[in-house]
Amino acid sequence: MTSKKHSTLVVSLIAVILGILVGCVILMVTGRNPLNIFVALIRSLTGFSINNPDRGINMMYPLNWLLSSMPVILTGLSVAFAYRTGLFNIGGEGQYIAGSIACAAVALLIDLPPVIHTIACVIAAALAGALWAFLPGFLKAFRNINEVVICVMMNYIALYFNDWFVRSFLPIDEFTLARTVNFPETVSLGNLGFGTASQFNYGIIFVIIAVIVFWFVMEKTTFGYSLRATGFNSEGSRYAGMKNRRNTVLSMMIAGAFTGVAAAIVLIGNYSYGRIYTGFDNFGFDGISVALVGGANAFGVLASGLLFGLMAASETQFQILGIPSEVSDLIQAAIIIFVAMQYGIRLILDFLDRKTMKDKVKEVA
Amino acid sequence: MKKFFKIALVAVLALSLVACSSSETPSTSGDPATTGDTASINIGFVTDTGGIDDKSFNQTSYEGIKRFASENGLVENENFSYLQSSGEEQYIPNLSSFAEEGVDLVAAAGFLFTDAITTVAAQYPDVNFLVIDVAGIEMDNVQTANFAVNEGSYLVGVVAGRKALETGTNHVGMVIGQESESMNGFWAGYQEGVWSVCPDCKISYDNSNSFGDTALGKTLAQKQFEAGASVIFACAGATGNGVIQEAAERRQNGEDVWVIGVDTDQYELGLYGDGTESVILTSMMKRVDTATYNACQQIKDGTFKGGNVDYTLADEGVGLPAENPNLTEEDLAAVAEAEEAIIGGSVTVSTVPQTSADNPLIIG
Repeated sequence: MTSKKHSTLVVSLIAVILGILVGCVILMVTGRNPLNIFVALIRSLTGFSINNPDRGINMMYPLNWLLSSMPVILTGLSVAFAYRTGLFNIGGEGQYIAGSIACAAVALLIDLPPVIHTIACVIAAALAGALWAFLPGFLKAFRNINEVVICVMMNYIALYFNDWFVRSFLPIDEFTLARTVNFPETVSLGNLGFGTASQFNYGIIFVIIAVIVFWFVMEKTTFGYSLRATGFNSEGSRYAGMKNRRNTVLSMMIAGAFTGVAAAIVLIGNYSYGRIYTGFDNFGFDGISVALVGGANAFGVLASGLLFGLMAASETQFQILGIPSEVSDLIQAAIIIFVAMQYGIRLILDFLDRKTMKDKVKEVA
Repeated sequence: MKKFFKIALVAVLALSLVACSSSETPSTSGDPATTGDTASINIGFVTDTGGIDDKSFNQTSYEGIKRFASENGLVENENFSYLQSSGEEQYIPNLSSFAEEGVDLVAAAGFLFTDAITTVAAQYPDVNFLVIDVAGIEMDNVQTANFAVNEGSYLVGVVAGRKALETGTNHVGMVIGQESESMNGFWAGYQEGVWSVCPDCKISYDNSNSFGDTALGKTLAQKQFEAGASVIFACAGATGNGVIQEAAERRQNGEDVWVIGVDTDQYELGLYGDGTESVILTSMMKRVDTATYNACQQIKDGTFKGGNVDYTLADEGVGLPAENPNLTEEDLAAVAEAEEAIIGGSVTVSTVPQTSADNPLIIG
């Protein structure tokens, strides 16, 4: 039997190291220099180039790392929130697009003063994400229909609904016909690029708020406690008098709201115009990995979101160093596999424990 | 304390593994984009989400860079390399990374790059940018390349008109992906080309309003072939693939129908049956590789300038593929004649198409 004494943090760290090692092995097998993985990761993390130390620190790279982490932290929180209530939110893509539609509509159709306009856009996106997640939650709670199936279908409904809605109701850019006109200047997340070309922005504030809200609601409130209880044992919690149906619906909706915020931040911060999606951005799906690696708790998700953001941001550096960008995906996949194999890792750690214990006993003797 | 020891142990193990492994493989590459000395040229190409092997825009553009590189002894990953964008949000980071790494020219293809290039080029006034198929960026360090699609379409119009005469239907067709200024160029050139060899040919014309709807392409092709068209010029991205499918099915049933491809040589896309024959009569190629090649050459010569560059027939910016297995000697001669007339100036191809209101020969 495995014990729970080894924390999720240790297991996740080991999984990350093993994942990067897998990447190194792949590079070695294909005749490339595996050390370049670390050169690339360090460049993205700190802006310092080991190969060209004299170039100093380039802040653009760490800022881009934070920029690419923001959406996956939020979608990670989304999946984690539902997961703690025993739900699998694979509908992130749909909630993301729903959020993006609402954000673009509020940005383009309503006149508000600066700052307030931006906040209105983010709130609208959160509400739209929540609305999009309502149906799977409702059907799960009251008709016991598998939320995974509904979520996946809702993803495609959102994708095509977006096309119709944006083209029908929002002003389209006449040069490309493939997006809306630019958002007015009242909708902006500012720029925290510190003079670099990075698009890093004040969206980070929303991310920090989201992490704190997640932690507080989930760990510190009665509502959070009843959500977790529903997750542990739905029937048991109902027997204990908790409203587990209401909890299921609300949990899905809060999860959808997190993803909606992610959509608003990406749309305002990276694009500044309404998009007509031809495919998914995949932030919703990435959130599943982030939540898994982060152990479905607020600060774990923050850390693993930063890790997956780093992997995404490093793709550019990987390619500059002659490493195919797919290696980044491969490392991410390996990390997820190792996290899924956490019982195996725990077994090994326990084995090591017992050995050191025996050695100690011997020493004493 | 024990926990810390274990983490440290794992970390040491991991590091030693990496250290061992790296001593076995000789360290070959440095920071490729930056190791080049100042005398050599560094070129970066950023793909859109289609990737480097999209058999279209990205691939062809990069081939132009490769052609320049092989002629000038440049080494891939040292003097020139590409960055694939896995999402649209990566356009700006990728473009600016190349700029940060100090390349001389950053190239990208497609109008989707309009905003990203404008943003990044303003941040790096000392770096040169080339972007293909984008108009309206007025910056000193950005060259936009556009193609005289009307002239190329005139040539395929000549081919289509000759086919209509040969089959005796006196009827051709065209399917476009979207009404736009660029599409008007295609349409106007095609009309003039067709009527230059077959003045009373009818032309069916349909706007699919989509570059990705294969099923709709098939339906529109069905409509036009049923109306009597023997050749369709499919100017509609993946919607055009539906036109090609419909034509392939009809050819297998013994009908004499053809499709004219667009942008790249689409011959292979049109293979059907046992794969030895293609429904692609010929293709209207946009030589995006010429645009990247020329920009590289200008960087080398120090003559690179911002602003718009038009690639016409005379610059070999548009034209037919080198190999046209489905065209006869006479077809090719007629095309060559039209080509000379356009380059020589005796024929000027319009960019404004006639509509069905102007001309009863247009159906649709």
